[in-house]
Amino acid sequence: MVDTMNDKWIHACSVQDVPENGGVCVKVADLQIALFHFKRRGEWYATQNECPHRHQMALSRGMIGSQGDEPKVACPFHKKTFSLKTGECLSGDECAIKTYQVRVDDDQVFLSITDDEL
Amino acid sequence: MKIIIVGNGMVGFKLCEKLVAKSTKSLDLIVFGEEMRPAYDRVHLSEFFNGKSAEELQLAPSSWYADKGIELIIGDPILEIDRKAKSVRSYLGRVAYYDYLILATGSAAFVPPIPGIEKAGVFIYRTIEDLVLMQSWAPKAKTGAVIGGGLLGLEAAKAMIDLGVCDTHVIEFAPRLMPRQIDDAGSSLLQGKLESLGLTIHTSKNTQEILGESAISGMQFQDESILPVDMLVISAGIKPRDELARACGLEVGPRGGIVVNQYMQTSDHHILAIGECALYEGMIYGLVAPGYDMAEAAVSTLLGLEKTFQGFDMSTKLKLIGVDVASFGDPFVTGNDAHTIVFEDRNKGIYKRVNISPDGKELLGGILIGDADQYNMLLQTCKNKVVLPPNPEDILLGARGGEHDGGAGVTSLPDEAVICSCEAVSKGDISSHVLEGAATLDDIKKCCKAGTGCGGCVPMVKDIINHTLKAQGIYVRNVICEHFEFSRQELMDLIRLHDLRSYDEVLTVHGQGDGCETCKPLVASILASLWNELILDKGNDTAQDSNDRFLANIQKGGTYSVVPRIPGGEITPDKLIVIGQVAKEFNLYTKITGGQRIDLFGAHLSDLPTIWEQLIAAGFESGHAYGKALRTVKSCVGSTWCRFGLHDSVSFAIQIEERYRGIRAPHKIKGGVSGCIRECSEAQSKDFGIIATEKGWNLHVCGNGGSKPQHALLLASDLDSETCIRYIDRFLMFYIKTADPLTRTATWLNKLEGGMDYLRNVVVNDSLGLGAELETEMQSLVDNYVCEWKAAVENPAFRKRFSHFVNAPEEKDPTVQFDELREQKMAKAWK
Repeated sequence: MVDTMNDKWIHACSVQDVPENGGVCVKVADLQIALFHFKRRGEWYATQNECPHRHQMALSRGMIGSQGDEPKVACPFHKKTFSLKTGECLSGDECAIKTYQVRVDDDQVFLSITDDEL
Repeated sequence: MKIIIVGNGMVGFKLCEKLVAKSTKSLDLIVFGEEMRPAYDRVHLSEFFNGKSAEELQLAPSSWYADKGIELIIGDPILEIDRKAKSVRSYLGRVAYYDYLILATGSAAFVPPIPGIEKAGVFIYRTIEDLVLMQSWAPKAKTGAVIGGGLLGLEAAKAMIDLGVCDTHVIEFAPRLMPRQIDDAGSSLLQGKLESLGLTIHTSKNTQEILGESAISGMQFQDESILPVDMLVISAGIKPRDELARACGLEVGPRGGIVVNQYMQTSDHHILAIGECALYEGMIYGLVAPGYDMAEAAVSTLLGLEKTFQGFDMSTKLKLIGVDVASFGDPFVTGNDAHTIVFEDRNKGIYKRVNISPDGKELLGGILIGDADQYNMLLQTCKNKVVLPPNPEDILLGARGGEHDGGAGVTSLPDEAVICSCEAVSKGDISSHVLEGAATLDDIKKCCKAGTGCGGCVPMVKDIINHTLKAQGIYVRNVICEHFEFSRQELMDLIRLHDLRSYDEVLTVHGQGDGCETCKPLVASILASLWNELILDKGNDTAQDSNDRFLANIQKGGTYSVVPRIPGGEITPDKLIVIGQVAKEFNLYTKITGGQRIDLFGAHLSDLPTIWEQLIAAGFESGHAYGKALRTVKSCVGSTWCRFGLHDSVSFAIQIEERYRGIRAPHKIKGGVSGCIRECSEAQSKDFGIIATEKGWNLHVCGNGGSKPQHALLLASDLDSETCIRYIDRFLMFYIKTADPLTRTATWLNKLEGGMDYLRNVVVNDSLGLGAELETEMQSLVDNYVCEWKAAVENPAFRKRFSHFVNAPEEKDPTVQFDELREQKMAKAWK
């Protein structure tokens, strides 16, 4: 994981705050970030919380899973799915979502956010 | 070769697709479109009002054109063609040169020259922009009208109903609806059906003037009658967009349309025209399938291939405001050339007419209204000149009394039969793809595009796939998703056998990969149906659909609605007051539901536990409105008050609702109890419906309302209360154990081999010897019931999950916004 000059690691929550194989929404200044603990794969992912389809702040409440080997999240509103790795829409739409890097240190979860987003 | 396409509609897009697919050399291809967006699905335009976005209607994203090396220029119409220089000039001053120019300029709405037609509130129905304009006007409109009772006019009328204009009128100049497709008898039946759905139809009406100051206030007709309306949509036909062709001197028809030959060439052989702007043998083809066929012919001309355009069959099937309408072949032929068989059922609103050759061997054409399930079969029979059975009426009515099915079915079709007319895919093409390994509808759509156009052939494509697979001795399995190679029923048996209790265990033991939004809620539902443990426990919360995970129904904007259980619809004044107090305190929108309960909308996620704490303290329980579970048992007031009531339907409804509350199933379950034959609780529209008789209760099962209403069928009569409950136990448990996911009881019964007779044998006569087992299983579900909201608010770990921000649990989602509506709030509209 590359820690660039402009990236800030921002504390999100502790590991226990996030349901296993599920997500929560983290507030970072005015941003809403969906944070997922993919326990089955031993992985963490973070994306924008807004689903680009109907602009609903809901992805953190979506179900996660996989399509082939690609980890994904399904929006609870209309089941549009997005890759957790690349943010690409897997249900054939043109829209994509932003993804963020996650670091877990000593039971604490951190998100990498660039300065210009804050 | 430099090619320019003018027009980026459905046909223009199809031409791009076919050119890219068929061309072996790289093409220099420029597409000009005058609309602000790339080609979209105009056939399904009205779905825009049902929530489909403009993006979803798009046929391909802008990136598709770039990927294929096509330069797409939208929002810039071509103004001029210079045939000498072989160039075009656009509105924004772009000049481009061509070797071949293809005009796919389509058509515009024909607007009759009625005085006042320019007034505000008068619309046409053609593009997404037109729809957006209608959408912003409609909230102000109470009464709407459509000029034109043809195919498009009725589509526009449906759009108006979808927009909330309840009082909608259709004005047709001719003496009947859809004069070009169906006959008098069919029209009159269609009119009756549409009128029963709330439309007002005026035929033989000639509009003389649009009344009103700056905005429309009414319409004046030639017969001097006046209809006050505040919104009008013109849908009186189309006129080909031939103005470019006209201006550069190409030959056009006397009533418009660019004259083309079978190669789609215009009078200048370097310019082709296709789609609704082209006039072939004096005819404009206003449907998408012939347009696609023209695109194919144009590609052949450009690339030196063989296919030409030979005219096109104008057979069509569509659903107009929920009513099937189809016509095929020659629908009107009469006299000595044909014998006509007519089947009419005014009771069910069905009209069918077929025209057969005088020797009774050949199908010439026909009309279907109200039920067009046989359309594909009849169309194929007609097109392929399949010899009719000895009693030709069997093709409409099915064989009665014999063992044959009247020769219908995919097996009887020859390989040449065109199944998908939008993409010109034959039965033989589909079967050979199946033999090469395409085993699902999605596979077929990918490899030959069958079923991707209007979608009307999808059921036949499926039949052909299944039939071809079966003929190969391949067992057609109905598996859940890529993570579980089992049907729901198989997986349920495995989970029971291995006593698994969480989604994660089930996936580890019986599945592969990491799960998905299909298998997660399905397994979670099976676990709940088997064990009835708290659905939020054992890590199963994240395997639930959002509604189950947060025990409430997610609504527009991301807030939730709350529905406390009100068994049988009976509630005390004190409890009503509590609901009112809670709604006031948390600023909730309140509405009475169809199931005799009260829905409280607009609750923030973090308010849900407090709301429920107050409701529970007043004696309420979860209503499971969020789950695939028992919803309500609706009741009429019954013998306690009603002078006709035979038994106490309210008490029985409460007893039953409390028995099955919280039980999860493949889909939602609704019940009803009526105190007499007047059936005020509408029990026959429920999954189980009970109606009082002199001697006891009649039990009806497998009904539902919704998009495809179906009446419940009588399972047993004159039961005492105890037997009635025992039968419902067996019936529900049998359904829960054997139904496919997300299948209501009605659909389940329709697929059940042997139908109602079989079900009655299992439930009443215990033909499988399962009766006692089913009853025991149901009793254990009943015994394990707890109110999940009570469990959730009392457990701090569960309770913590009900917050929007994990790192600021006291804050609410600042993006949630409401509008005002009749002294309450409503969710802000989608963006």
